[in-house]
Amino acid sequence: MRKDYNLAKRRYVIGGFICLIVVIYVFRLFSLQVSDDKYKENAESNAFLRRVIYPARGLIYDREGRLVVFNQPAYDVMLIPKDVGDFDTVSLCKVLNITKEQLLEKWAEMKNPKKNPGYSAYTPQKLISHLSPEDYGRLQEKLYMFPGFFVQTRTVRQYNYVAASNILGNIREVSASDVERDRYYRSGDYTGDLGVEKSYEKHLRGVKGVEILMKDAYGRIKGKYENGIHDVSPVSGRNLQLSIDIELQEYGEQLMRNKIGAIVAIEPSTGEILALVTSPNYDPSLLVGKERGKNYADLVRDPYKPLYDRALQGAYPPGSTFKPTQGLIFLQEGVITTSTQYPCYHGYINKIRVGCHGHGSPIALKPALQTSCNAYFCWGFKNMIDKRGTKAYDQFEKWKNYLVEMGYGYRLGVDLPSESRGFIPNSEYYSKSFRGPRWSANSIISVAIGQGEVLATPLQIANLCATIANRGHFYTPHIVRQIADTVIDSKYTEKHAPKIKKEYYATIAEGMRMAVLGGTCRTAALPDIEVCGKTGTAQNPHGKDHSAFMGFAPYQNPKIAIAVYVENAGFGATFGVPIGSLMMEKYLKGHISDSRKGLEERMLNSNTIISSGVTKH
Amino acid sequence: MELRNTEANVSVFRSLDWFTILLYVLLVSAGAVSIYAASYDFDNASMFDFAEFSGKQFLWISLSLIIGCIILLLDYRIYETYAYPIYGIVILILIATIFLAPDIKGSRSWLVFGPVSLQPAEFGKVATALALAKLFNSYNFNLNAKVSNYFRALILIFLPICLILLQRETGSALVYLSLIFVLYREGMSGLVLFSVFCSVVYFVVAVKFTEPLILDIPVGEFSVFIIILLIYSLMLVFYCRDLIIARNVILGFIGSGIVVTILSLCGVTVNGLLYFCGILTLAIAYTLVAMFHHKINKFLITVSFAVVSVLFLFSVNYVFGNVLEPHQQMRIKVALGIEEDLRGAGYNVNQSKIAIGSGGIYGKGFLNGTQTKLKYVPEQHTDFIFCTIGEEEGFIGATTVLVVFLALILRLIYIAERQRTPFGRVYAYCVVSCLIFHLCINVGMVIGLCPVIGIPLPFFSYGGSALWGFTILLFVLLRIDASRKERRD
Repeated sequence: MRKDYNLAKRRYVIGGFICLIVVIYVFRLFSLQVSDDKYKENAESNAFLRRVIYPARGLIYDREGRLVVFNQPAYDVMLIPKDVGDFDTVSLCKVLNITKEQLLEKWAEMKNPKKNPGYSAYTPQKLISHLSPEDYGRLQEKLYMFPGFFVQTRTVRQYNYVAASNILGNIREVSASDVERDRYYRSGDYTGDLGVEKSYEKHLRGVKGVEILMKDAYGRIKGKYENGIHDVSPVSGRNLQLSIDIELQEYGEQLMRNKIGAIVAIEPSTGEILALVTSPNYDPSLLVGKERGKNYADLVRDPYKPLYDRALQGAYPPGSTFKPTQGLIFLQEGVITTSTQYPCYHGYINKIRVGCHGHGSPIALKPALQTSCNAYFCWGFKNMIDKRGTKAYDQFEKWKNYLVEMGYGYRLGVDLPSESRGFIPNSEYYSKSFRGPRWSANSIISVAIGQGEVLATPLQIANLCATIANRGHFYTPHIVRQIADTVIDSKYTEKHAPKIKKEYYATIAEGMRMAVLGGTCRTAALPDIEVCGKTGTAQNPHGKDHSAFMGFAPYQNPKIAIAVYVENAGFGATFGVPIGSLMMEKYLKGHISDSRKGLEERMLNSNTIISSGVTKH
Repeated sequence: MELRNTEANVSVFRSLDWFTILLYVLLVSAGAVSIYAASYDFDNASMFDFAEFSGKQFLWISLSLIIGCIILLLDYRIYETYAYPIYGIVILILIATIFLAPDIKGSRSWLVFGPVSLQPAEFGKVATALALAKLFNSYNFNLNAKVSNYFRALILIFLPICLILLQRETGSALVYLSLIFVLYREGMSGLVLFSVFCSVVYFVVAVKFTEPLILDIPVGEFSVFIIILLIYSLMLVFYCRDLIIARNVILGFIGSGIVVTILSLCGVTVNGLLYFCGILTLAIAYTLVAMFHHKINKFLITVSFAVVSVLFLFSVNYVFGNVLEPHQQMRIKVALGIEEDLRGAGYNVNQSKIAIGSGGIYGKGFLNGTQTKLKYVPEQHTDFIFCTIGEEEGFIGATTVLVVFLALILRLIYIAERQRTPFGRVYAYCVVSCLIFHLCINVGMVIGLCPVIGIPLPFFSYGGSALWGFTILLFVLLRIDASRKERRD
């Protein structure tokens, strides 16, 4: 009996337990609801509607002030679910030009709280974005049939020229990682992708405004919070003026049609890029509007990689366009003088053999440039690297440092995303690959003629050409000339001069002039304009040789320096030279002279992709 | 015969516990209003529209009142007489459910009959409570008399648990574990309850506090070791009541503690694991040698408690990392405040805390809750219904609901203790245990103190099965209680 009585006392343990729990919970409720403000603030941000007001994105002009990119209204189909009455789904699909499945999918997406956390039956919801003007027109006419629906306008990019997509870039919706990286963005915002849209995003996007509205428990807007004193007006994005000449750019893209490669044209006196052509390219308006996703995927899958900007990202063997750098280094190092002559018996023959083509022997620097003699530069290279009393290791480091000063081997720092740095090996690289310091000029002789390990981007080649045109200095190439009312980054107005005497540059320029007058670049000669040039024919493991050209004009006081690179198109003289000279003529004179119309015709219509000898891309 | 029945019915309504009925009606109506508020839609403002949750819930409530009346009108003896058959039938239904139920959000616990879905697990509670009560009512049954008696009770409890786990309804299965309170009331050693309490404490402390390291072990583990030493000493003093052994052990603990502290201050780091295991082994060895002059039983229990505690501590990390599924780990971490995970497991809890927190003292008023109305809180009409109360009725409303629940549970304990048969008492405690578990876990989860376990708030959450389950549970008790005076055995 006593035991039972003891057990009955256990009711107090159980009763006490639940009392204790309830007391703990009441304390917790007190701290959540009364003493702690954190959750109240959170609730306020939940119940306020911060409606973002998007600023107009900055416009983009070319160097002549021609409008290239502008904003155009786009139309989003909005609806307030509560107001949507009975409507004919079939006719709505017909008006919007979508299938019933698509409509149902969009509808489900709109109602999905994960994808659309702000969903409420009482507030405007976006059903479909980016309606085309035609669809918009049709919908506007039939809108009376669909109660609760309305159309909201926003802006999208519009392009005046079917050109320069690699320079301009495009706009895409921000990704989750963008939002994480930059607190400015909210999911659903747009940001620049590729080109100046990306690199000048901060200038172009402006500053979003915000309107703080109050919602009641039904999600209905109750008006502005405190009469709008907390609202912020949007600030429009800044307009950009590009340094490119959009017509020259367009012409370049036409010349490069059905060819793979790049053209870079620079104004030597400023470093402003006049044209930056990559081929194949695409229509920038493909990446606007509701087809963007599909078109982007198509471009990514394209075997010719149109999204790959060969002018900036393509690292190619520079071939003979590299020879001027060698002349400059040998002169500066005292390996040669302007009158030093080297023999060429159809090539460089010194234990190993580097072939060359027929011309007089022995030969000095300027004629060597004129005829693009391989042997001359091989001898010069050998005499520099294997100089008596020095180590090949140290000599090669010196050689490399000159090239780095000239803009090779590192990114030049152009104001566009994803520039490649090319490749210039250093001594360490060779000591590793030869497993020791026992290598000499002969082991690596092909770098002297721009083959072997050396890789350069068309931009770097054009920059070299601009340096020669300036007789010894360059400005970092850049694509934006002016940002609305502010000056461009000072790094683009700073003069860079390699430690090489100006007179040596003059010698090289003279050699390049001779190449046009009576050497490898004769096709480049223009009436009334003194053109200088250097061809390049770069061997590569993929197929036919790459055809390259660099040149500038006029000889005195140059206005344009250009590099042309056509993949697997054969000799430099067959495609590089004509395309380069047509570009220069177009830019300097504004039109192509009658005597060269045939050449232009041939360039416009030729196709190097079919004859490239490349079987696989 | 006829006459007797009428008499019995009249006496039922006279001796019915009307206070409990009042609390029941209060909770159910408050529940219906909350569901109306939680699922309120401007278009369908009618509370009784059967297309809406509140309208349907109204239907469930009406049906449950009818069920309640039928239960009250039936003879109380059938529950006792048919306890095992009822249990058997429900077990068969639970087995059938595993195979017949369609997959709804990963769980196979709903039987679908046309427009109506039923969750047998909710009715399993009634059957298990009846069977358990019947077992304890057998002639001269004493839980502690034979070990096999424990087995019989535990089999009755664990059979439905296993079947419901097979239906992948972990929450509903866990509810049956609360029947440990019944066993405790009926004579199971308080040490078991104490052990359960200790293991929860060990688990929370060891999992929550992993930084910084003290004596090369995490501060959580360090604290658990200290707690074990403390419990060991206290058990020697208050349970074994041997002050001499206790004094020596305590002095040993304190002395070695001082030595270790001094050593660490001098730069000699003692490995905590070695130290605690060593000192505990010494203490246990000493206790085992010294105890032979006394009642061995209690010392053995004390020693095994310490050993099991240490083993439990060692297994905590393994169990947490390897046995629990990732979503369960995450829910526990969220409840312990280790991680927030606002987009995943923590989203519901965080939104629910925001909604409750924004209610303030007096709440935003009926139907004015922005958080719940704008659908920030998922499952707000079912498992998270307490949120709506917290937001719209504020601290006062939420506390009132808790107090009404507390009153109901205390009243049921009172009713349980006035039963004259073990059957009535055990059954009543089963009801109490279920209510305690549901209340603690559901409200604890909504206010962020317990991990998210999907079980409803009794009488409040939307859903016919749960409401009917609790109604039957409660009204059977009321029926048994109403006839307590008739029983002469």
